Amino acid sequence: MALEDTLPEIEVREGVDRETIETVQAMAGKYKYGWDTEIEMEFAPKGLNEDIVRLISAKNDEPEWMTEWRLQAYRRWVEMAEPKWAMLNYPEIDYQDIYYYAKPKSMEVKPKSLEEVDPKLLATYEKLGIPLKEQALLAGVEGADEPRRVAVDAVFDSVSVGTTFKAELAKAGVIFCSISEAIREYPELVKKYLGTVVPQSDNYFATLNSAVFSDGSFVYIPEGVKCPMELSTYFRINAENTGQFERTLIIADKGSYVSYLEGCTAPKRDTNQLHAAVVELVILEDAEIKYSTVQNWFPGDEEGKGGIYNFVTKRADCRGDRAKVMWTQVETGSAITWKYPSCILRGEASQGEFYSIAIANNAQQADTGTKMIHLGKNTRSRIVSKGISAGKAQNTYRGQVTMHPRAQNSRNYTQCDSLLIGDKCGAHTVPYIEVKNNSSRVEHEATTSKVDDDQLFYCRSRGMDEEEAVALVVNGFCKEVLQALPMEFAMEAQALVAISLEGSVG
Amino acid sequence: MLAQAKLDALSARIAGLHFPSTGWQGKARGAALERLTAMGLPGRRDEYWRYTDPAKLNAAQVRADLNASDIAFQETDALRIVFTDGVFDAEFSDDLTLSGVEITRLADAVTDLHWAAEIYGVLEERGQKPVLRPFAALATAFATDGLLIRVTGKAERPISIVYRSLSDTSDVMLHHCVKLEEGAEVTLLETGDAGPRLLTNLEVDVAPSARFHHVRAQGRSHQRMVNTHIFARVADEALFKSFTASINGVLTRNEAVLDIVGDDAVAHVAGVTVGDGPDFLNDDTVFITHAAERCESRQVFKKVLKNGATGVFQGKILVKPGAQKTDGYQISQSLLLDGDSQFLAKPELEIYADDVKCSHGSTSGAIDETALFYLRSRGVPQRRAQSLLVLAFLAEALAEIEDETLAEDLQLRLESWLDRHED
Repeated sequence: MALEDTLPEIEVREGVDRETIETVQAMAGKYKYGWDTEIEMEFAPKGLNEDIVRLISAKNDEPEWMTEWRLQAYRRWVEMAEPKWAMLNYPEIDYQDIYYYAKPKSMEVKPKSLEEVDPKLLATYEKLGIPLKEQALLAGVEGADEPRRVAVDAVFDSVSVGTTFKAELAKAGVIFCSISEAIREYPELVKKYLGTVVPQSDNYFATLNSAVFSDGSFVYIPEGVKCPMELSTYFRINAENTGQFERTLIIADKGSYVSYLEGCTAPKRDTNQLHAAVVELVILEDAEIKYSTVQNWFPGDEEGKGGIYNFVTKRADCRGDRAKVMWTQVETGSAITWKYPSCILRGEASQGEFYSIAIANNAQQADTGTKMIHLGKNTRSRIVSKGISAGKAQNTYRGQVTMHPRAQNSRNYTQCDSLLIGDKCGAHTVPYIEVKNNSSRVEHEATTSKVDDDQLFYCRSRGMDEEEAVALVVNGFCKEVLQALPMEFAMEAQALVAISLEGSVG
Repeated sequence: MLAQAKLDALSARIAGLHFPSTGWQGKARGAALERLTAMGLPGRRDEYWRYTDPAKLNAAQVRADLNASDIAFQETDALRIVFTDGVFDAEFSDDLTLSGVEITRLADAVTDLHWAAEIYGVLEERGQKPVLRPFAALATAFATDGLLIRVTGKAERPISIVYRSLSDTSDVMLHHCVKLEEGAEVTLLETGDAGPRLLTNLEVDVAPSARFHHVRAQGRSHQRMVNTHIFARVADEALFKSFTASINGVLTRNEAVLDIVGDDAVAHVAGVTVGDGPDFLNDDTVFITHAAERCESRQVFKKVLKNGATGVFQGKILVKPGAQKTDGYQISQSLLLDGDSQFLAKPELEIYADDVKCSHGSTSGAIDETALFYLRSRGVPQRRAQSLLVLAFLAEALAEIEDETLAEDLQLRLESWLDRHED
């Protein structure tokens, strides 16, 4: 194989096979997920009004209370104004020029099993191929000697096309399905938790999502259960001029554990596409959720044409004592990123962690960070944010750490580092630190620098070309965050870091 | 606050105030009033007033009982210029002659075209972007007095501005301009309680290779309010250093807007704050712009707070495109001596050049129990041990003062505050 000959020797880490590496290396170059799938789609009419909201609700066979909930949100949204405080510049979004619902025609009758799923859809995910293990599993090929397994919920435009391993998860009592299914099958759970972490009218984009979300994932881990495998959702925006509004709700009951992965891509289009998701995590006593995201929406071309506008509200509520949440994100895509995964540390001794790599190249703009709201005693939080700017990109870390008067003996450590590659880009840090008791300790550190010349020189002197050298140095800069990712994602993320920076040197 | 409410607050605040309408001052003040009318007074919901409620500064009337005034820097041989209730006081002031320096009262420089016309309100206006500072425009428009200081050589001794207050309703607005010619050097001191409420602008233009030192002691009346602005323009190889010790008071908002426009320049701004009680709020708001190469800036702020006192720090370093080799450092720390006090900080970096070294740090916490235990175990009494640790905490900021006599003076003031506020 010609390909194999050109590959340098790479030590293969556990859990990552040679095929993954080859795929990742073959991907090197431009945005590799820019193709689209020609598939017959069913659209709701363009624009947004109460009828569209009702239609989305009807398409999902939702009960009356859900339709009402959506309408309430819609009515609030109409009266709200789009937030303008982020360091982002983009033309006015015309919310009436977007399709709020798009569904592959073949999904009209919901397939009962993956075998019934339109082969074109399956081929789409096969072609996306990341992570490869998931793709193999998605197609229903269970590797006999595969040690790590991942259950996948694949969301294509507005609908979930299939969820793997449902039966096996059910044996453990774990519910993993699309949110539309959960609304029908588990209305009590949904009613109890939906909108309790991110209220209906929390902010402009979350309110919009509450009105028009079409699908997303739902996870319930019962008391004391360690989820037998990693769960994953793979989002794909395919149709043109379509907004994607998914809603994810994960509930970790007392003493349970789950690791959840999320990936996303979209085709190359000249026009911008809107993505406004809401993720709610509920963590009860002694439970733990690990939430990892590799966000690789189409970032637009070098001139800034096209790309996804990514306005996402993610929040975790550590309701029980000793509850624990860990957000890990690798943000390489999107033309605009507006995203602040947050932790409400309500339970005593609960813990929140946030690890982030945000890369903005070419004309990308990212305004991202986290909030750590310490309410309970002895709560702990840790923020490690690595921002990389290249090309003409602007990258902002925006974060908040609040120690409430009752959050005695709590602790926060924040480190945000920015790396600049080239003199046309910008790196910004906007932290808010609010300490309202003295038994808590809060530490915040931030640095901004450029890629170290000595390190580059060293790599170059060992025979690396400049791009490889920069990729290596940047990967070193991001190491703390990469290490926080589950194995399946770490390798991919590392390659993504290199690819995202392509063309940024020289 | 809605736009209309901001304008109403402004109308009430400036009702009955006047300024000279002729000459260069009339022009500058008229322009400032125009700026001000376009902004109105700040509101609670303005991002720049997120942590400090401007209501007390907006209030049309003010009244407070001031303690006996407490004048710092008496050990320093300086030219003393006294303002009583916001008006130059010839009786208590030294003769305004100093080798290497020209000093004029703002109120005396109304008609002739003055060098200050190029600075007065000009630096303030530059500082209105990207954040609005309505109170600065207010001071430019309505300042009743102030000093215009031109430094042509190395000043023979420091200039000490002493504020006195006789009236319990004096609402003082002053505006000082300092222009340092190439290679000139001066130290400017400020001390004393000017009145229940003091609003000042200090505009400083530092020419190439000039050196400006500024040290001020704000204190020690409990009921006073202070709202100050420094606008500085720093040219090539020039040095600008400002230090503020803020002791007591109900509301102190010190804004510093430094514009580094020349290569190889240095700009430092630092401060220590000690506050006791739930009415105490001290806010340091700093905005440093790097628009030239190889410049250094430092912000060092330390706050000691107790019994429900609040400390605020908003600091920003903006590195403009092309300001390569910038070295920007910022640290804001607070020591909370009890559970009711709070520290609110927004340390910001905005960077558009790649070959820079910028960092900021911010911490908040209680006295280190281990260090306290160590001192106790060496026979140091509890109170003394605590004072030692507080002073050690403040040391990094005090080290920013180059003149040892001035630093010692402030150190003693802080020690005596600690003695007075043991519980």
